Amino acid sequence: MAKPAVLSPDTPTDTVRAARWQDYFQLLKPRVMSLVVFTAATGLVAARTHIHPLLGAVAVLCIAVGAGASGALNMWYDADIDAKMRRTRGRPVPAGLVEGSEAATLGVVLSLLSVMLMGMAINWLAAGLLAFTIVFYAVVYTMWLKRWTAQNIVIGGLAGALPPAIGWAAASGSAPLNAWLMVLIIFLWTPPHFWALSLYISTDYAKAGVPMLPVVKGARETRKQILLYSLVFIPVCLAPAATGLGGPLYLAVSALGGLVFLILAWRVFRSDAGDAADPRTGDRALYEVQTPEAAPAVEGKRPPPVGGAKDARNLFAFSILYLFALFAALLAEAMIGIRALELSL
Amino acid sequence: MTDPKKTVSAKPDADQALKARNGRNIALALGLVAFVALVFVVTLVRLGANVGNRF
Repeated sequence: MAKPAVLSPDTPTDTVRAARWQDYFQLLKPRVMSLVVFTAATGLVAARTHIHPLLGAVAVLCIAVGAGASGALNMWYDADIDAKMRRTRGRPVPAGLVEGSEAATLGVVLSLLSVMLMGMAINWLAAGLLAFTIVFYAVVYTMWLKRWTAQNIVIGGLAGALPPAIGWAAASGSAPLNAWLMVLIIFLWTPPHFWALSLYISTDYAKAGVPMLPVVKGARETRKQILLYSLVFIPVCLAPAATGLGGPLYLAVSALGGLVFLILAWRVFRSDAGDAADPRTGDRALYEVQTPEAAPAVEGKRPPPVGGAKDARNLFAFSILYLFALFAALLAEAMIGIRALELSL
Repeated sequence: MTDPKKTVSAKPDADQALKARNGRNIALALGLVAFVALVFVVTLVRLGANVGNRF
């Protein structure tokens, strides 16, 4: 079980400090957890059934801890890859702060606790879906798909997409089509989102031996796939306004945001993003939206983005905003009590 | 199982290491207490709901 701690080549071994509790918390990928909490809570509220507020909070907590546990298992297994990529080499295991075996143990213990608590406190359908999500992310995606196929994030995206269905199942004890529609939205959002990112850090993926689409098929094919997935993704985003899930607010957000998303995807398609490596791969730079006004301000500190990397960055950043807006609209409508639209045939 | 060549061979400053260990222990203790409290409260809520359903 225990994998050796793989130190990043840049880690000075004589200055490694003792691990703090915050380092163990970082193993749970708190940023991913916050998105999971948000989408799971939306699924829970969008079910529009009564659940005791405390039990609802416990359900969301279980989903968050389960997601964190799969993150810790991922950091244990992928420490060798993480050590080679600039974006991830500061993580606790490759940085030499936490032993790989400790990350694995934390992942297994938290997985068991979250699934058992979900089953006993809420219901076993939600617990089963949570267990499936953890196994799918840690085993199917991390141990198998990620190192094997360029379709890794397409199929693996299912793990990140499931929290709304788990939330819905926790609230109502069932998982109807509308719950799976929310899953489908995140599932189809994942490929254009991650491929936009991989277009400007593909050299890192190549160095780590991860077969991301730009590495295996090239940037041109990746840009085409981003556009194709976007063309499928946006109509699916509009669908909740016809199935009794989303109301007028949701329809407006999904339509307007969808239009912007398509324009950005088209600009990436027409650009040369990924043709040349982008030297700016710091963590902060990943989440910055590039506007012409902002460009001169960062030019002095960092090399400017190469070629169409700006377009890829913009799509990446907007995709996060769009997904957040979609779920925020669903959440707000369910909380305020706005009636959902339904297409009557 | 661990390759001795690749493991952390550093000896962090003793005071800092002690402080970090105290912090880890307190975090672990708080986590365990929170978990026990959570199970207790969930039990009360579920029991309460089931008692309510009987009448």
